[in-house]
Amino acid sequence: MRLFVSTLLFWIAAVVPSLAAEVHPPSQVLAGAAFSMPSSGAGQGTLYLIGSAHLSKRQVNLGTDIEVDGDDVQHAGRYTVILCTDQCSASEFYVHPAGPDRLSLLVHPSRVPVSNPNAISAVAVVWDVYHNLEISPETVKFTVNPDEHTSLSEARTTNNGIAWIRLTSAAKSGVVKLQASVGKVSEIRVVQQVASDACNLRIHASSESKKIVIETDPVRDCSGNFVPDGTVVSFTMTDSAGETTVDVPIKRGVAKVEMPAHGHARITAASGVVTGNELNLAGGGE
Amino acid sequence: MNRLLAVLILVVTVTFVAIAWLQSGGVARERMQSAQTPEEAVRLLLTEAQQHNFDAAYARLENRAEVDKSAFIRDFYGSNGSLLTYAALESFDVWGLHANDHEATLRAKLHYSTAVGPLDDIRDLKAEHDGSTWKVVWPTTHAPKLAPQVIPVNYLRWDVINRGAEDDWGVQNVDSPQVRIVSMNALQRADRVVVLGEIVNEDTVPAYVNVGATLLGQNQQELAQETSFDKISHTLLPKQVSPYRIDFPGMRLDKIKSVRMDAKAMLVPASADPVIEVSQQRLEADALGKKILSGQLVNQSGQIVNIPHVIAAFYDANGKVIWVSDGYIEQELMPQIPVAFAVDLPDDVAAKVQSYHVVVNHYDRQSS
Repeated sequence: MRLFVSTLLFWIAAVVPSLAAEVHPPSQVLAGAAFSMPSSGAGQGTLYLIGSAHLSKRQVNLGTDIEVDGDDVQHAGRYTVILCTDQCSASEFYVHPAGPDRLSLLVHPSRVPVSNPNAISAVAVVWDVYHNLEISPETVKFTVNPDEHTSLSEARTTNNGIAWIRLTSAAKSGVVKLQASVGKVSEIRVVQQVASDACNLRIHASSESKKIVIETDPVRDCSGNFVPDGTVVSFTMTDSAGETTVDVPIKRGVAKVEMPAHGHARITAASGVVTGNELNLAGGGE
Repeated sequence: MNRLLAVLILVVTVTFVAIAWLQSGGVARERMQSAQTPEEAVRLLLTEAQQHNFDAAYARLENRAEVDKSAFIRDFYGSNGSLLTYAALESFDVWGLHANDHEATLRAKLHYSTAVGPLDDIRDLKAEHDGSTWKVVWPTTHAPKLAPQVIPVNYLRWDVINRGAEDDWGVQNVDSPQVRIVSMNALQRADRVVVLGEIVNEDTVPAYVNVGATLLGQNQQELAQETSFDKISHTLLPKQVSPYRIDFPGMRLDKIKSVRMDAKAMLVPASADPVIEVSQQRLEADALGKKILSGQLVNQSGQIVNIPHVIAAFYDANGKVIWVSDGYIEQELMPQIPVAFAVDLPDDVAAKVQSYHVVVNHYDRQSS
């Protein structure tokens, strides 16, 4: 409907341009900023203001400056202003974003294994106060705070409102804060750097009455980080009674299990696709 | 005229009642009221148990003094939210193994319909000749009881707070867990194609996983699509591995050019408890001569596991997954009390099996 009205009025304005009163908007204005447009002619006319997400109609006095409220031009883009008396005339102007005021920061992933090259991506999208994409080049500063005392920064210029950066995760597990800022606006996201797969998984065993207690050494990844609690370690014991398996979650850095002892036993452990050392116990216990 | 009509209605009613009685096995029941053979004794007992007429069934026991009635009922319909509490005894088969004039040994195969599909329970029963009739000697099972105690449980639990629906676009959310299919094998069985393998949760948070497979034909057209449904341990803790199996009934492997696998993972709240030990695993033949993997489950936590579900992956000499079997355990897992399990595997597969890996899935009333 809006398109139809716009097309119709355009056609009217194109057919009879020489007879119409005219309005002269500035070629460019900022979103949300009020401005005035000088007009020609005399008496009263009807002003149509048509934007990509705005349409208004009102009566105006010709021959004076026509005031346009900031609320009418909040959405960036091309606008058409049409002034009609007996005939109509049309002009166009462009509304630019009002300047950086908001920042959307997309950081992926939220969890990342340590020492993973280019594993973290951060994308900053710059908006003005009215949610118009700020397409003019802006400098976005990305700051990483690996710990409380250090911070690393790198600046990127937006292209069509978007700036992005790729980061390598640190060798030490923990939470890293990633901040993006443009002007006075900033956003922070948190990425959890988690230990990688267990490295050098080792188990030891001791006998308690009729049971064997099998326990891992503190389970760490190859960078020395503790593998998170809850990570499953699968213990397998093969003895004369058959095979016994238990999936045990790591608790306080170690996984521990008790198994019944039946003579000579071979015990192995694995966490995911990582296997540990093998124990051979003669007569239940080491 | 009215009197004639009344008599006619009465006759018709009596006729219908008689037909219904005959159709419901009334003659057989009447004949078995006083069991003349060991098989009749067992059949009568099972019929009454099937009809939940436990007083009558219990009265048919030779060893009533040794069998607690509530335990007898539990033997049929379970307790503590176990699978049998969601089951109905549909039918049974009884056949003799050994008999003389005084006692007999019989085997009964009970066919239950349960919330997770059909379940067969095989029991060996004894019958003794008591005067003019046969009575069943019900096996007395003294379930071990754990002494009252406090079992401290301090395993991890993961809760998830997701981005709210009202949050703005670009607000940070938590990512889905990273899972990976570590092996896949497509097999042709007699009446179906089976896709099986293993999946691992590579992340540091629990994952709810499901594996799907799409069979593609010679022109890459989709022939069939299925998921692992319950033949997988859906909730995987960090670094936990689960077997999966996907069946395609009626499909032929020679018609398939490729298989498209799809592993889906969701972030879900989960607990590292309970830890279930799978002990005394061994490949053997059951009483019917079928190859099975048997063992015991021991619930190492302090809470009851209502419905345990065993999933086993079998490997050949090269470490390749060649079969995945699963089975629900009809009995609940009480803390620290071992419960036997067995899952079957095809004879041709059993010959190639070099090792196996068992995981225990569990469905609990508290968490459902």
